[in-house]
Amino acid sequence: MRRITAWLVSGLLLVAGAGVAGGALAQATTPPAGGADARPVVVASKPFAESYLLAELFAQQLEAAGRRVERRAGLGATEIAFGALRTGAIDVYPEYTGTGLVAILGEAPSSDARAVFRRVRREFASRYDSWWLPPLGFENSYAIAVRRATADSLGLRTLSDLARAAPGLVAGFSPDFIGRDDGLVGLRERYGGLRFRGERALLQAVKYRALASGDVDVVDGYTTDGAIARYDLAVLADDRGFFPAYEAAALVSGRLYRDDPDAVAALAALAGLFDEGTMRALNERVEVGGERVEDVAADVLRTIGLATADSTGVEQPREARGGLGAYMWARRTTLAALAGRHLTLVVGSLLLAVVVAVPAGVALARLRPGRAEAVLRAAGVIQTVPGIALLAFMIPLLGIGVTPALVALFLYALYPILRNSYVGVRDAAPDAVDAARALGMTDAQLLRLVRLPLGLSVIMAGIRTAAVISVGTATLAAFIGAGGLGDPIVAGLALADTQMVLSGAIPAAVLAVLVDLALGRVERALDV
Amino acid sequence: MLTADAVVKRYPPSATALAGVSLTVASGSCVALVGESGSGKTTLLRCFNRLVVPDEGVVRVDGADVAALDPIVLRRAVGYVQQESGLLPHWTARRNVALVPWLRGMSDAAERAERALTRVGLDPAVYAERRPAELSGGQRQRVAMARAIAAEPAILLLDEPFGALDAITRADAQALLLTLRRDLAVTVLLVTHDLREAFRLADRVAVMRAGRIEQVATPDELARAPGTAYVAELLEKAQLAIAGVEGDS
Repeated sequence: MRRITAWLVSGLLLVAGAGVAGGALAQATTPPAGGADARPVVVASKPFAESYLLAELFAQQLEAAGRRVERRAGLGATEIAFGALRTGAIDVYPEYTGTGLVAILGEAPSSDARAVFRRVRREFASRYDSWWLPPLGFENSYAIAVRRATADSLGLRTLSDLARAAPGLVAGFSPDFIGRDDGLVGLRERYGGLRFRGERALLQAVKYRALASGDVDVVDGYTTDGAIARYDLAVLADDRGFFPAYEAAALVSGRLYRDDPDAVAALAALAGLFDEGTMRALNERVEVGGERVEDVAADVLRTIGLATADSTGVEQPREARGGLGAYMWARRTTLAALAGRHLTLVVGSLLLAVVVAVPAGVALARLRPGRAEAVLRAAGVIQTVPGIALLAFMIPLLGIGVTPALVALFLYALYPILRNSYVGVRDAAPDAVDAARALGMTDAQLLRLVRLPLGLSVIMAGIRTAAVISVGTATLAAFIGAGGLGDPIVAGLALADTQMVLSGAIPAAVLAVLVDLALGRVERALDV
Repeated sequence: MLTADAVVKRYPPSATALAGVSLTVASGSCVALVGESGSGKTTLLRCFNRLVVPDEGVVRVDGADVAALDPIVLRRAVGYVQQESGLLPHWTARRNVALVPWLRGMSDAAERAERALTRVGLDPAVYAERRPAELSGGQRQRVAMARAIAAEPAILLLDEPFGALDAITRADAQALLLTLRRDLAVTVLLVTHDLREAFRLADRVAVMRAGRIEQVATPDELARAPGTAYVAELLEKAQLAIAGVEGDS
């Protein structure tokens, strides 16, 4: 029993050690701020097209002001991006005031844009030392859109107009809009009924096409969707002020806000320059036209006359790029670097998991079966935590970047290795184990000479399972700025760029096969 | 010499494997424990190398209470063979046979392994480097027997050693055990469910039933004078009966 305890304790120590080492690592990569040049300004975005574009605008604006910029695009979700800002891992990212009010402060939505901005500005400064710069000029809230021809023929300009015409129209709404209090449910209350001739639940991807083709007459969307510009739709005014205000603005860390007023001024200079129409057109260029966010952002700043930084080479629009093979070949250096980072994450976390879970599994085999199962079930629970949630939990402890990604992958690799080590050692050739004990092997000899060698194939099967899963899970690392092949996958999904998605997904699949083959070799080499 | 004195072993909550068993195996002799599955014969055998620890009673090996012995030292001094050979599947026959000499730190472990293989009728030049999967069932039991005698123990515990073999292989293996008994003058406790095997191999036979010994006697005495109706019935089934049951009078 004392030995088991010793094993468990050493396992825990290892985990703790990894955490401490991770913390040290995180600190080592963020040297204390000296002058403005000592540390790059870290600009981040959330994983959707508009956020990518705004972050790139911020980045180029800062570069034009002479700052070195590090880009951390596509951070998982609000919790992760804001968590990273609070801990100082990033300096600025584009956020929406309504999101700040509802998702972070946990307050009820409001349609009074000025009040919402004042509220989040005051609360974020005092509670989180995070600073909202003046809004960029547009809102990205819910929007109700109709075809321009419909609007003209029925004289629809506002939602009140729509409420009158509704019985003659068919609506197509996204499923979550239909059920939400700040969606259709509340909208009906505010505008008195709003009963359509028909209502259909439609997914985002097909909604605008269904509207353009005349299958439906009314859809919900977001005010700055590029598709609104593309299909020349009419957005109906919210004349009774129902939809919450979601003004876009730069959200800045306390450190940058205090230490670098010039950089903050450069960002603040973007305030008020973008109305909904402008933003829609820019989103359309990225989402539909397939232009690079770098090029669009450079173009915008040049037009506004704010920035003079050169765009780094102009890329052809997506249609003219040629095949997937040519696209990947052109990016081979980048992809190789991403694959290398990916492999580092997988191998590093896997080694750590092996060092912890194999001894722990062996220790479990010495407990009574009921207790061992209880421990295994607890380890299995980790497996059920969604990746994004796990990463969000870890930000206060580990920040963003490689360290939390390693720890998350480590945690996900534990269960398969733990269970297979336990089963492999427990079920190894019972007759041989009985005979070896009867002839005088000690417990340690039994383990080293009989149980481990005979359980090897089962233990290795667990390690191989964990490794292959880990190659897939490691794409999550992109959400916390740890790089890897998830970068092109996440960005490609946000920008609706299939080639970009595949340029990450295909190497990841190849990597999974290669890792499994390599572990097969290790297994044969270990076999006695 | 092996002795068991009023040994009791219970498996909570309700099972009693041994309900007060006493038995003596004289040095150099062979006693066979016979009985049905669950009669307690394997449990009794495993008390002698402390694989089973009795709840009551005393178990002695050459006069020493096994409870006072280091189990590892005890086990290395006692040969053991079970029904399924229990050879380590990832080791060659040579390494398997050399196990106990190696565990005991004997410098001539390899030579002892070769001698033991030869003794059980397996040519080391042919068989020493084979793994268990490359041997027949009979050959595996011979290797297991060689492993049990390689360190030349004074005592052999054999748990259904030939139980999984076909009739012809089994007869050969039985002949081997008789040869080994003659050559090594070893004390043997043999568990078997086959009364004919017990009669052929053992000096004395102990018939067990439900955790008790019904009768201990030489094969001859047993056949002539079965002590209980159960023993008589076993003899009848094995076609070994010579006389009818003696009355209790």
